[in-house]
Amino acid sequence: MSAPLSATWSAPNDTKALAVRMTGIDKRFGPVRANRGASLEARQGEIHALVGENGAGKSTLMKMLAGMFAPDGGTIEVGGRDVTGWSTAQAIGTGVGMVHQHFMLVPTLTVAENVVLGREPVSVATFDAARAIREVESLCEQSGLQVPADRLVADLSVGEAQRVEILKTLYRGARILLLDEPTAVLSPPEVTELWNVLRRVRDGGATIILITHKLDEVMNVTENITVMRQGETVARMATRDTSPEGIANAMVGRDVDLGVKVAHGGARAMGAPALHVKNLVVRGARVERAVNDVSFAIQPGEILGIAGVEGNGQTELLEALAGLRPAVSGAMSLGERDITALSVRDRGDAGLSHIPEDRHRRGLILDYTIADNLILGQQHRFTSGAAMDGAAVMAHAQSKIAEYDIRPTDPLLAARTLSGGNQQKIVIAREMSKPFVALLAAQPTRGVDVGAIEFIHGELRKAREAGKAVLLVSAELREVLSLSDRIAVMYGGKIVTVLNRADASEEILGPFMTGARREVTA
Amino acid sequence: MNANLKRTIEEAVLPPLVALVVALIVGDLLILAYGQAPSAVWRLLIDGTWGNAYGFGQVLYKATTLTCTGLAVAMSLRAGLFNIGAEGQLAAGGFGAGLAGLALPAGTPAFLAVPICVMAAMLCGGLVGAVPGALRAKFGAHEVIVTIMLNFIVLALLNYFVSAKLHVPETLHTPEVHAGGLPRLSNLIGVFHGSAANWTIVIVALAAVAAWWFLFKTRVGYELRAVGLQPDAAEYAGVNVGITWRNALIVSGALAGLGGINFVLGYKGYYEDGFSGGAGFLGIAVALVGRNHPLGVVIAALFFATLSQGGLAINAMVPKQIVEALQGIVIVAVATSVPEVRRILRNAVSKSGGQH
Repeated sequence: MSAPLSATWSAPNDTKALAVRMTGIDKRFGPVRANRGASLEARQGEIHALVGENGAGKSTLMKMLAGMFAPDGGTIEVGGRDVTGWSTAQAIGTGVGMVHQHFMLVPTLTVAENVVLGREPVSVATFDAARAIREVESLCEQSGLQVPADRLVADLSVGEAQRVEILKTLYRGARILLLDEPTAVLSPPEVTELWNVLRRVRDGGATIILITHKLDEVMNVTENITVMRQGETVARMATRDTSPEGIANAMVGRDVDLGVKVAHGGARAMGAPALHVKNLVVRGARVERAVNDVSFAIQPGEILGIAGVEGNGQTELLEALAGLRPAVSGAMSLGERDITALSVRDRGDAGLSHIPEDRHRRGLILDYTIADNLILGQQHRFTSGAAMDGAAVMAHAQSKIAEYDIRPTDPLLAARTLSGGNQQKIVIAREMSKPFVALLAAQPTRGVDVGAIEFIHGELRKAREAGKAVLLVSAELREVLSLSDRIAVMYGGKIVTVLNRADASEEILGPFMTGARREVTA
Repeated sequence: MNANLKRTIEEAVLPPLVALVVALIVGDLLILAYGQAPSAVWRLLIDGTWGNAYGFGQVLYKATTLTCTGLAVAMSLRAGLFNIGAEGQLAAGGFGAGLAGLALPAGTPAFLAVPICVMAAMLCGGLVGAVPGALRAKFGAHEVIVTIMLNFIVLALLNYFVSAKLHVPETLHTPEVHAGGLPRLSNLIGVFHGSAANWTIVIVALAAVAAWWFLFKTRVGYELRAVGLQPDAAEYAGVNVGITWRNALIVSGALAGLGGINFVLGYKGYYEDGFSGGAGFLGIAVALVGRNHPLGVVIAALFFATLSQGGLAINAMVPKQIVEALQGIVIVAVATSVPEVRRILRNAVSKSGGQH
């Protein structure tokens, strides 16, 4: 057990004026107490991190600050004025703007139109499009957020769309910016760019509150940190006085091992690859060749990591491997068996497991119980005649809940009611407890808390030790580096290089990921 | 476990109950506006329905048809589809049963004739459901549009067959069936005398149990509900989404078609043009109020049947259109509070809204 948390209430840097003070905030959603006497203080001209595990109540706290709902108890002060229970319109009017995890943009409108929406410049009762573009361009100039003002939002990359969200709040005069996991969808260069912009906004005297799971970001860009656990504020500290371990311990309430273990090719046996892809071509939704002539082989007991900025064909590659997207040409095999023409179910039965990148869309049926989710994709193995074997489903659920420490432990709870980390544990438990030869793991730790990341990484290593082939796709370069035996970089639908772990680093991979370097290997 | 059960029941039962209370309050105001005492009108409504054997028999008769169309809509909604075509499927089912009953030689024993006629009803309803199902699976044609349009086509075709080929002169109905007719309940329980309630009720009760078993206890039901909740996740789980949609609409159509035997085999003994009389459309309301659960559908069917029969009873004091207003209020109140409806509306919005 680490030092008592009260000791971490070091005096924050308090030379600047207080912009936000939230005290004793309570909020309940039905039986769930999302906030229990939570508090937060942020000053003008600072970037303030709000960290905590999934379900700690961070987003709830911020949504109340943004006026999206009223607290059940406690007070919210902005600029010294009591604003408890205000509306979003009042919040925006007072200069509080929130950039959500999921963008709220109109794809069929241009960047400029989205930015001015709600406050459109008008000349003679009609929308003044030219002025909107001029205003947005000058705002881009001032803030350093570069986006073409006349482009349709539908044509933007994820990073650009996020810049539009930030521009939107700035256009409305936001002096207090709330960002909910802004870097979850960005590539490394885009992240760097975002930090530059936020620092500039901060230096202009604004307050930025950043919800994030990534502790290196917290260390890099913030001045002060508020840590939440189970709805309560458990620590407040100055960034310069703490370390990633100190933050993680406060988040979880116990000591956490963040050490990046360098991979070792443990039980790797040479011979027939467990998963073999040859000259695969896959059509994307918008691109003709989203996966363009990709070949690789993974040995049993090996983790092949795929690094790359999202949208370079990784999703299509995994969907094609899983049987969710047809291959235009090329071949895939699992051990000796050609699976190119097999259905999703047959591939599963042949020994393919798949942790999909979006557990809310594909990996779970959120309204199904934990028990029903633990058999998703294997429902045909839990039948007696036409009927489901309810007893077998429950027995399976109870054993997996215990084995994988899924909480809460009631198998009849809907998956929707679980935290992100526990939801992902359902997926992991399901995919890794059936017999399998190869595992496709897409963004296995996205949006889950530090404790669950530790657990999931352990499970992936265990799979390798057990002689499974693992294909790991992750937007987290550090994750790829810490788990993989070999690392392939995808850019523009092609694998532009494959490196042994010992030869790879963030600096070496970076240029490949942005397309600055390529050496197509056979 | 108990807490879960309690919450499930609260979530399932609360919206319809609130809707009922709202409807009663508005009903009170409407009755007061006609200068009548609400308590007296409600008393009359209960007396005329659950208060005497004939009225109760009529409620059972009407609820039987509504249960079928309600189950049909519920089945489609569980797969994420909105079947607005129960009206046409119900009529087609009745027509199929009537044709089978006419084709069979007189004197065919009931144990043969009844199953044949029931199968014919479900087959015809299922065929009408298969059209939007196949179009949705193959071309992505929206089932709401196709089922609405198909209602007109089916009803017009049936009207043509009956009026041009099969009718008894001076009427719009076919001759009486030779075999497959179902006895009235009054043959067994005398007090039902005069009411249209018949043995169809037993067949439909079995169908409701079968629908429950299918949806919640079988693998195909598990997969169908998965498709309805999250098609992408169902696809990930190895389910063929298109085929599931098609099959769900076939089963849905067959259930609506089954309702046709209530009138054709149980009540009149012949197919009559226009017998469906809105029972297919009311099935949408029955499914919504019944929260797409077979047990809920049965209760909601009894409720709407009570309102419909009760409207006749209170006609002496207030216009019977008051109960139609009440139906509307219940539907709107439930529709705005039921998660399934909100999800379908949300999906419709996000589909037309593009990628974000």
